[in-house]
Amino acid sequence: MAVTEEVVDVTEYTKPKQLFLDTVYDWVTTVDHKKIGLMYIVYALFFLVVAGAMALVIRIQLMVPNNHFVSPQVFNRMFTMHGTTMVFFVGMPILFGFGNYLVPLMIGARDMAFPRMNAFTFWISAFGGLVLYFSYLGGDGMYGAGSAPDVGWFAYAPLTERVFSPGHSTDYWTISLLLTGIGSVGTSINIMATIVSMRCKGMTMGRLPLLPWIYFVMSFLVLVAIGPLTAAQVMLLLDRYLGAHFFDTQAGGSAVLWVHFFWIFGHPEVYVLVLPAFAFANEIIPVFSRKAIFGYPAMVAATVAIGFISLSVWAHHMFTIGMGPGANTFFTLSTMIIAVPTGIKIFNWLATLWGGKISFKSPMLFCIAFLFQFLIAGLTGIMLSAAPFDWQLGNSYFVIAHFHYVLVGAILFCIFAAFYYWYPKAMGRMMSERLAKWHFWLMVIGFHLTFDFMHVPGLLGMPRRIYTYEADRGWESWNIIVGIGAVFQAVATLIFVYNLIVSYYKGEIAGRDPWDAWTLEWATTSPPPAYNFAVVPSVGSRRPLWDIKHPEDPDSSYE
Amino acid sequence: MATIVDYPANMFNPAATPAHSIFGVSMFVLALTAAIFVFVTSLLTYALIKFRKRDGDDSGEPVQVYGSNQIETSWTVIPLLLVLMLFLTSARVILGTQRVTKPASAVDVQVIGHQFWWEYRYPKLGIITANEIHVPVSDPKQPTPSFLEMSSVDVIHSFWIPRLAGKMDLVPNQVNIMWFDPEKTGLYLGQCAQYCGTQHAKMLLRVYVDSPADFAAWVAAEQKPAAAPADAAAAEGKAVFEANACVNCHRVQGTPSKGAFGPDLTHLASRDTIAAGAILNTPENLKKWIADPNELKPGALMPAMRLNDHDLDAVTKYMTTLR
Repeated sequence: MAVTEEVVDVTEYTKPKQLFLDTVYDWVTTVDHKKIGLMYIVYALFFLVVAGAMALVIRIQLMVPNNHFVSPQVFNRMFTMHGTTMVFFVGMPILFGFGNYLVPLMIGARDMAFPRMNAFTFWISAFGGLVLYFSYLGGDGMYGAGSAPDVGWFAYAPLTERVFSPGHSTDYWTISLLLTGIGSVGTSINIMATIVSMRCKGMTMGRLPLLPWIYFVMSFLVLVAIGPLTAAQVMLLLDRYLGAHFFDTQAGGSAVLWVHFFWIFGHPEVYVLVLPAFAFANEIIPVFSRKAIFGYPAMVAATVAIGFISLSVWAHHMFTIGMGPGANTFFTLSTMIIAVPTGIKIFNWLATLWGGKISFKSPMLFCIAFLFQFLIAGLTGIMLSAAPFDWQLGNSYFVIAHFHYVLVGAILFCIFAAFYYWYPKAMGRMMSERLAKWHFWLMVIGFHLTFDFMHVPGLLGMPRRIYTYEADRGWESWNIIVGIGAVFQAVATLIFVYNLIVSYYKGEIAGRDPWDAWTLEWATTSPPPAYNFAVVPSVGSRRPLWDIKHPEDPDSSYE
Repeated sequence: MATIVDYPANMFNPAATPAHSIFGVSMFVLALTAAIFVFVTSLLTYALIKFRKRDGDDSGEPVQVYGSNQIETSWTVIPLLLVLMLFLTSARVILGTQRVTKPASAVDVQVIGHQFWWEYRYPKLGIITANEIHVPVSDPKQPTPSFLEMSSVDVIHSFWIPRLAGKMDLVPNQVNIMWFDPEKTGLYLGQCAQYCGTQHAKMLLRVYVDSPADFAAWVAAEQKPAAAPADAAAAEGKAVFEANACVNCHRVQGTPSKGAFGPDLTHLASRDTIAAGAILNTPENLKKWIADPNELKPGALMPAMRLNDHDLDAVTKYMTTLR
């Protein structure tokens, strides 16, 4: 089953000249999955910088005990907005952006299954982000209480009820998540439909590259998880405006009900964010090790297993809320079991490296850091999964360090890797490798200064979400190191953004396949034309470009 | 570098049975995860060095290996066994901590969370107090553990004294139980561990573990109604206090002040701190606090009563006599 030569598209793409307004019109009205993907990414990068700046404010405030850099009210808004923004307006859109851009290209399709819905879901998600930030102007309400939301990103009831949260700040939070939830559900339906029905000739599910496979599972999780979140938000709105009593404890409502609803969404959400990071690593590690991914079927099975198990672990966020020993043991077990498929993934990446010829280009550097950091994140996760240990660690800075190890050390590092890897495809130019190395090393240093040392105050009793702390607790020196690391990370991120911009104008021309890679997106020009492929490709294995480059030893003879 | 003793809320310096059993399970988990860490990072580092692309290497591709069912099985089964071991260890501690029967000698305390302070009631002893909880030390031969029945009147709070036990949330409309049997007398610190609003950070916990004699003396003192004002200034302060809205929220046993929304003040002067542990209980601090609580603790729910300087001094004086 050799792959035919038609896979390689030989028409060169030239960009037509346009007036500025034409360009704007073109982007606003586009239904092209690549342009929508890029808009998602730019929008998420903007919010990454905004919410990153908030993190800096938080770290400056906590550098010394009883600091007066910001007021408690401002601090509480900062961590609420930082968390909400990073999860819903950085993590989700940037990953949907990469999915939008890459999934059709990698399965040999010309667009997503529903291009117009794709545009709609992008714009409604973007509108959700604007609504959240409009709260700074409109959140005061009649009471003059608060501006932006200050209830924490998981907004435990009954703190969100009108008696404790007057004004409209909580309403902006609720409505922005409702809006972006509509966008997320639409996009996940779109990604699933695209993968099910738009694969090119010869691409069976068994030959689907791991990135679309993982996006398929991730989209399924979004579909399952957003429902409970939306339901909870609607109940909260009913409580606040129509006198319902779902979470109104003073009228017999239940605070624990919200916690269940939120984490039934919230824990699968963690995997929604981390699975795409695995997807990027799955594409990048093999190419820079020059070997096929080790154990493709095991990787798919592990992904599906993580998807299902992640739906049964939510109450590990609730070990201290007063569940009985039965529930505590069940959720300890279900949470620990998820370590098994996750471990399988790490071992398969290790086996992919084994016997390869590893080159340390920037995408690979970020993936290697990811492997080490994700291992540590997983191990601290195991510590937290043991309910008794969690009775101490839960809601402390140890938890903050743990999940930032996942969100930054694993997810953000993989996102950076993905930028360096696919930027040449999207922009047609290479990113500066010199700036990338600066970015990488500053980021590694900053990340470890911040998040390694952040575990310690947690062990010494420092709870999360405190705007200041007492001088006698011995937390100060740790918080100073953590704050210094944050500065390194901020500088690294600015170098990265600078690299993105400067490489667009001055980068080396990439050509269609700068990394000597194997999946279909590298078969078309960089950037790809609107229709992606002049001739729709057909494939005979998981690595169609390998088959073309090595006709004497094609993958298809082993699958 | 400070020694362990300098960290008053260090969970790895346990001083009661629940904290000890958690410490035990955490050491086991730490040892196991450390072993996994060393094993996997060594393999990763070895692979990265050994299989790096070398200068002058021919451009040929390495041997393509697609997978191996035996290897996949081994790194599925071994982690499963490790997980099972970890799970059983944890389950033992979960059951050991949660399934305890309360001995007759136990001290019962009701802990009630408020924005942003702690109310403590000792139903068997007839004591109501705030922010500083006293419990007896527990002799292993004749244990007198303290059993805390926890709830909240407003939002979710969480009670966390790392050296005594893991944290437990205070949830409205729900009663949660936690217990500890402190081995040594002393002051144990902690703070609210669930975000509960503006002043979550200044909702500090102080547990005084007393010797049996000290505890008995404390109980006897707390059971008495408030001392009558000793001098004219204090008596005037009492009159100002009772003529203002103070009485709507605060209780002073044995006087007309019977409010229940704020901390009980009957023996305020015997406490070390005010404002839920945030400020030392000195006459100057008390005066500042009464003048405008939001100056010291922005977001505190107690309003500034706008007393004139004379009345302010009088009320402060009255407060200092409530021993």
